[in-house]
Amino acid sequence: MHWQVRTNRFPEWSDRVPMPSWHNLAREDWDREKRPPAREHGLAPVLGLGAIALVGVALGAALSKPREPRHPADSAPGRTARRSRFGAFAAVGRSVTIKRPRADLFAFWRDFENLPKFMENIEEVRQVGETRYAWTVKAPFGRDVEIVTEIVQERPDELIAWRSVAGSDIETEGRVTFKDAPAGRGTVVSATIAYVPPSGEIGRLAAKIFQREPSIQARRELKRFKMLMETGEIATAGIPHSN
Amino acid sequence: MRALTWHGSQDVRVETVPDPEIFNPHDAIIKITSTAICGSDLHLYDGVIPAVLPGDILGHEFMGEVVETGSQSPLKNGQRVVVPFVIACGHCYFCEKQQYSACDNSNPSEKQDMTEFLFGHGVAGLFGYSQLTGGYPGGQAQYVRVPFSNVGPVEVPDGIEDEKVLFLSDILPTGWMAAENAEIEEGDTIAVWGCGPVGLFAIQCALKMGADRVIGIDNLPNRLRLARELGAEVVDYSQTNVAEALMEMTGGIGPDAVIDAVGMEAHGFAPDSVLDTVKQKVGFGADRAHALRQAIYACRKGGRVSMPGVYGGFADKFPLGALMEKGLTVRTGQTHVQRYSDKLLQMIVDGELDTTFLISHRLPLEKAATGYKNFKENANEWTKVVLNPWAEEAQ
Repeated sequence: MHWQVRTNRFPEWSDRVPMPSWHNLAREDWDREKRPPAREHGLAPVLGLGAIALVGVALGAALSKPREPRHPADSAPGRTARRSRFGAFAAVGRSVTIKRPRADLFAFWRDFENLPKFMENIEEVRQVGETRYAWTVKAPFGRDVEIVTEIVQERPDELIAWRSVAGSDIETEGRVTFKDAPAGRGTVVSATIAYVPPSGEIGRLAAKIFQREPSIQARRELKRFKMLMETGEIATAGIPHSN
Repeated sequence: MRALTWHGSQDVRVETVPDPEIFNPHDAIIKITSTAICGSDLHLYDGVIPAVLPGDILGHEFMGEVVETGSQSPLKNGQRVVVPFVIACGHCYFCEKQQYSACDNSNPSEKQDMTEFLFGHGVAGLFGYSQLTGGYPGGQAQYVRVPFSNVGPVEVPDGIEDEKVLFLSDILPTGWMAAENAEIEEGDTIAVWGCGPVGLFAIQCALKMGADRVIGIDNLPNRLRLARELGAEVVDYSQTNVAEALMEMTGGIGPDAVIDAVGMEAHGFAPDSVLDTVKQKVGFGADRAHALRQAIYACRKGGRVSMPGVYGGFADKFPLGALMEKGLTVRTGQTHVQRYSDKLLQMIVDGELDTTFLISHRLPLEKAATGYKNFKENANEWTKVVLNPWAEEAQ
């Protein structure tokens, strides 16, 4: 099969083209102020449709109050915002602190073929080009989903970002960063994964792959990564096979 | 193999189940020679700990002989070991700080979801103590798989019988940590709610740490007798007003530190206790915290509150005002067993601690259900039950 990178769909991967405001995953720091502003008077049209006297009075009271000041951005990462939009993408992100040097963790992750060791739903990752990897993702009824990704950004011991190339069953991209934790506590690993929920049968498979609550899946994968890196094994209740 | 399995509230059975297997490099399989029923097992027995599944093997106080090891286990076949009830990886931030019961890596990631939701963080793995703590098969069985056998198991010196060291698995270090959390100073009076196994060990340890006086509180004559024999004064709450008695026994000051060795199923016929019982039975996730409320109320100003008792949910009518206005310090947590193993083993070997005085009954594992029933219903006489997984039923 011939895979082709859609070079113009994600202009933010190239520094020359301004980034669309809704799409921020590949940026160094996802800045809250770059999110679309929340609509400030979302209630007004609704009220106009179903106006009743009581609500009118309440509205009057509300309007007579001084307007709430605009809140400046806080220090929290954008993915923890109460309202977040990534355009067509569903995105999840998680951080975990791992008591290992940055370089070790980066090296392990950079060898994508290692990822199935802690990612439950990934059957296999194999290298198919210099920076290209083919992912085989487990799906129900013995079906497999194939995704080919290309590394689009890489800074040794700091950051790896990848995204799917044209022809993949699911459009997805991801980014993992490695930062020193304070006082020798190891490395803060933050992963952000986004995908376009496809429609139809593939869509149902995608939902299954990413599970109903993708952030739970992301959290579990990162915890397993931590277990493997800190102890060399992944904890299991160990229920005997024979039963 | 034979094992004690949970099937519902007050329904435990000894059944034949598959033998454990090695799954991970640091695993070991132990052939269990002695195992005990813990007071905290009664919370499982009563069905007040959530996420116990039918068929789960209970038991977290056990010891035995190594019979199989994973590739990275430092244990050798034939070694006799006592196993801490807390599973700890030994490598994470918490283990390196010796906060073993906060281990990040011993509870399978998918099992951490529940406690992350309930408590804000995933908790460590424990043997035989619900899916919340990993769903690990417990040690009221003939064999058990011990994960991270490089961190927990303590080798027992030759010539020391099982019963002397068995309680290194849980209740002895739990009593020790309870006393340590009371931050005992010279001249202190320590009050201990509950003269069950943990309370009794807390009494013994508090005296060992130099408490001037220890006051044990319970309503069961035989348990109060054991406390008295250890050197404690006792208050029988069925005949005495506890808060008033503690004030009068301490010259109007109150105990310098209080230890709640009761936990989530406190007894008592006070209004708060009755309401808690109703809510717990209805399944509100409510803890019956009567003992803890009373302890906080009785504690002197600026005193310490040590909570080895197990809680799993929520409590209301909590005396937050007393806690704040009196400036109390609260210290609690599942025991960091591994932190105390070597020291306590040495104290047992040196004869400084009596670890067998509380054992009242020895049963074959096959009779474990009888042990549970009596430990709960005849708590006055049944103070501690030790099970032998290999004894004939006729014993």
